[in-house]
Amino acid sequence: MADVQTGLRKPWILGDKSLTQVSQDICGILERKPTAMWWTAFLISLSVLAVGAAATIYQVATGIGTWGLNKTVGWAFDITNFVFWIGIGHAGTLISAILFLFRQRWRTSVNRAAEAMTIFAVICAALFPLIHMGRPWLFFWVFPYPNFRGPLWINFRSPLVWDFFAISTYFTISAVFWYIGLIPDLATIRDRAKPGIRRRIISFFSMGWDGSYRSWIRYEIVYLLLAGLATPLVVSVHTIVSWDFATAIIPGWHTTIFPPYFVAGAIFSGFAMVLTLMIIARKVMGLEDYFTLRHIDAMCKIIIVTGSIVGLAYLTEFFVAAYSSNPYEQFVFINRALGPFAWAYWTMVTCNVISPQLLWFKSVRSCIPMVFILTIVVNIGMWFERFVIVVTSLHRDYLPSSWADYSPTLIEILTLLGSFGLFFSAFLLFCRFLPVIAMAEVKGILSYGKSTGHTETSKELESSTKPGHAKAPVGERELEGASA
Amino acid sequence: MPVTVGAINTAAVSGIPAASEGENYTLVLYPKVGLGDGRHAYNSWLQELPDPVTKVTWDNYACLSVAAARELGVEQGDVLRIAAGGSDESSTLELPAYIQPGQHDKVVAVAMGYGQVSSARFVDAGPEWILRRPTVGDNGLVGKNAAPLLSLEGGGLRYIRPGVSVSKTGRKTELACTQTHHTITVPAELATADTLRRPIVQETTLAAFLKDPHSGQHHFHVFEGDLYPAEDHPYTGHRWMMAIDLTSCSGCSACVVACQVENNVPVVGRDEVLRRRDMQWMRIDRYYSGEGDEVDVIHQPMLCQHCENASCENVCPVLATVHTDEGLNAQVYNRCVGTRYCANNCAYKVRRFNWFNYLHEDEVENLVLNPDVSVRSRGIMEKCSFCVQRIQEAKIEAKRHGEPLADGAVKPACQQSCPMQAIVFGDANNPDSQIAKLIQSPRQFRVLEEINVRPSVHYLTLVRNRTEEEGSVHHG
Repeated sequence: MADVQTGLRKPWILGDKSLTQVSQDICGILERKPTAMWWTAFLISLSVLAVGAAATIYQVATGIGTWGLNKTVGWAFDITNFVFWIGIGHAGTLISAILFLFRQRWRTSVNRAAEAMTIFAVICAALFPLIHMGRPWLFFWVFPYPNFRGPLWINFRSPLVWDFFAISTYFTISAVFWYIGLIPDLATIRDRAKPGIRRRIISFFSMGWDGSYRSWIRYEIVYLLLAGLATPLVVSVHTIVSWDFATAIIPGWHTTIFPPYFVAGAIFSGFAMVLTLMIIARKVMGLEDYFTLRHIDAMCKIIIVTGSIVGLAYLTEFFVAAYSSNPYEQFVFINRALGPFAWAYWTMVTCNVISPQLLWFKSVRSCIPMVFILTIVVNIGMWFERFVIVVTSLHRDYLPSSWADYSPTLIEILTLLGSFGLFFSAFLLFCRFLPVIAMAEVKGILSYGKSTGHTETSKELESSTKPGHAKAPVGERELEGASA
Repeated sequence: MPVTVGAINTAAVSGIPAASEGENYTLVLYPKVGLGDGRHAYNSWLQELPDPVTKVTWDNYACLSVAAARELGVEQGDVLRIAAGGSDESSTLELPAYIQPGQHDKVVAVAMGYGQVSSARFVDAGPEWILRRPTVGDNGLVGKNAAPLLSLEGGGLRYIRPGVSVSKTGRKTELACTQTHHTITVPAELATADTLRRPIVQETTLAAFLKDPHSGQHHFHVFEGDLYPAEDHPYTGHRWMMAIDLTSCSGCSACVVACQVENNVPVVGRDEVLRRRDMQWMRIDRYYSGEGDEVDVIHQPMLCQHCENASCENVCPVLATVHTDEGLNAQVYNRCVGTRYCANNCAYKVRRFNWFNYLHEDEVENLVLNPDVSVRSRGIMEKCSFCVQRIQEAKIEAKRHGEPLADGAVKPACQQSCPMQAIVFGDANNPDSQIAKLIQSPRQFRVLEEINVRPSVHYLTLVRNRTEEEGSVHHG
């Protein structure tokens, strides 16, 4: 059994923590005053967000013309950013749902932060289809809502409509999943909180959680069902996003390889972003015992796998173009590699295919600064991947007369920066107000209460720790009861 | 307008004096298509009309042949000083270079009609926003006036001036060009043998055509069978189609202006053209085929093709672009939310997005607008409608008289204004109509037929008046 500490199997959580210590470590962050470092990071993020918001307001007030788009390149930064952020949002569900179903218990250290990241990334992503509209105030026309316009209805054949369904479903399920996972931890914070407004708010959101066995059994079933429901979404969302391109007739977009290629790319970039955030968080918040080198190692392996899939997809695209004997398709790919946007293409290849190969080396995987740099490199590469797909396909399409160049305006660049401001502001607030590590789940994989694997008590304890993390709050309550 | 050497009437140029060494260029001044000698310089439609050959708007420039540019080490946009002898201010002219394939190597050609006082009114042309660059130059006017370089000889104006020196000033400027890739071939370094020349224009020579009227035709593998069979939505009434004869088209661009006037298409100014956001619904694609200065010119009018299988229609999330039962691809302005997906997915790139609010409330200016056509606000897509307002008007008239709609009763603005009668519009369901006969022509082809969008605009093969059977005819 995975729960048994055999000595051969190293613990995921270091420091031989007791249950109280876990609560103390995680809740302590929220109970202390924010550090100067937090304030600095938050104020920088908020300023960037404000600048981005100003650029966006100016754009909405003046027109899409404030962006560098033209009659040939109708999408560029807007849809690139949209697909980029949606991709970032993919790791959350993968970690919380698929790794949960596969019983990958190391996920407990990262799932909370990954899910939060997912939600903020999806918010950033959803912003772009909204503001990229010529008349964003009429965005609700894309929804199939009952109206008085007679037979006027949305176009169910349009991938943009499918996008709307895919993203809203994904956001809803991710948010519910995140919230359900938070309930036991909210109860722990509630129990520790001093009476007052904070306690009342947390008390409300913890929904009267009492930590009883009955609550735990029901909770486990709900969590399992939600994980099952969320699993298809990991594949569906980015598949549908890729259809925006795959169903179009533009060479370079019209490709059946896109769904798996996009899903792999999304997981690739999502894991890189989770690692970026967690490497910062473990340092700043002193969570080195919870998010260890082993976690980093496991996540790096997923990055190698998905990065290789992405690399294979790049090669396959070229093969298919050569094999298709379609002159437009062939040209698009030669143009990508050697044309005016070759710099973007080779940035993408370097960042996504070449540099992650370093992660094959154990020494690189265990060097945190290296991993940190590589995760940022991967995300730069993944942004460029979407830019290459969107812009290089459009800028030289069928008729050479309409070929055009594209370069972003300052407004566009500030809007992209603003989305990072929004993402980091939201994430930093999350770090201040909610537990970054899923305490209840982490308590389930502690070595506390588990023998080294040979005595009778081990069996006894093992049976009492079913279900996995049910043990934790009980122990918690006992301990807290004792102290009270 | 610069023309190819072969087309020059040699008798007319025999009077050019031989140039001396050093000052070895001959300046040719020519009245601009559209602006003439400058009498129309106040007209923004004509200022924004792309030159039929260079495709440049809102500026004049010094045209040099490819060989001359190479010799002088000049690149497109380098500002040149053209000095016609003497230190006199009025005998020099500083203009950006435009490299014009096919021009005589010893000629520098400059358009008349620019630098007119009447063009000072365009100082505020175009949408107002923080990164806007002005439409007028440093002199506050559009382009430079080349008239001082005319000479008066024997009581007549002389448009040709030999012994002109051309030198670089070291400055560079950008020309607002509506087409930046000029050849029908893709850049050679990005091409394989099969992808070099795109099969978008059919051409043949007269000799080959007389032998076989189908000559020059491309043969595509066209996809048969359809998810949505044509029988589902038969065209039982009218079926509007257009045919454009590439042999007749001279590229004069009268159709472009006519369309702009008829359909309330805004003028956007120099900066927006530089940003490739001109709004004209119709454009004349100009392609060179051949190498260096030995080029043929192809003019291909390009407008919404009103595809039966329109790729724009199925991607619009709000059904703002839909098909009518008469074969029109209709744009519903007030339903459009402006995702631009339709424009991206258009193989012909003929859709135009309102990047800004171009038209303002102005009692006098608004008098120019056609009351039969909606003025579009910002954030929505627009494009050629086949002059649907004219179709409706003719249908109502016919109904009022109780007569069937006669062939030729509907003439879109482009057809009406074409001096070569290269454009024919009509009801293809009427077997006696001109269009029904033209689409049966052995010269008929459609652009990008192979992607099965089934355009309603047909083209007729360009037949060059040449005796050889092959000539520059390429098979794609």
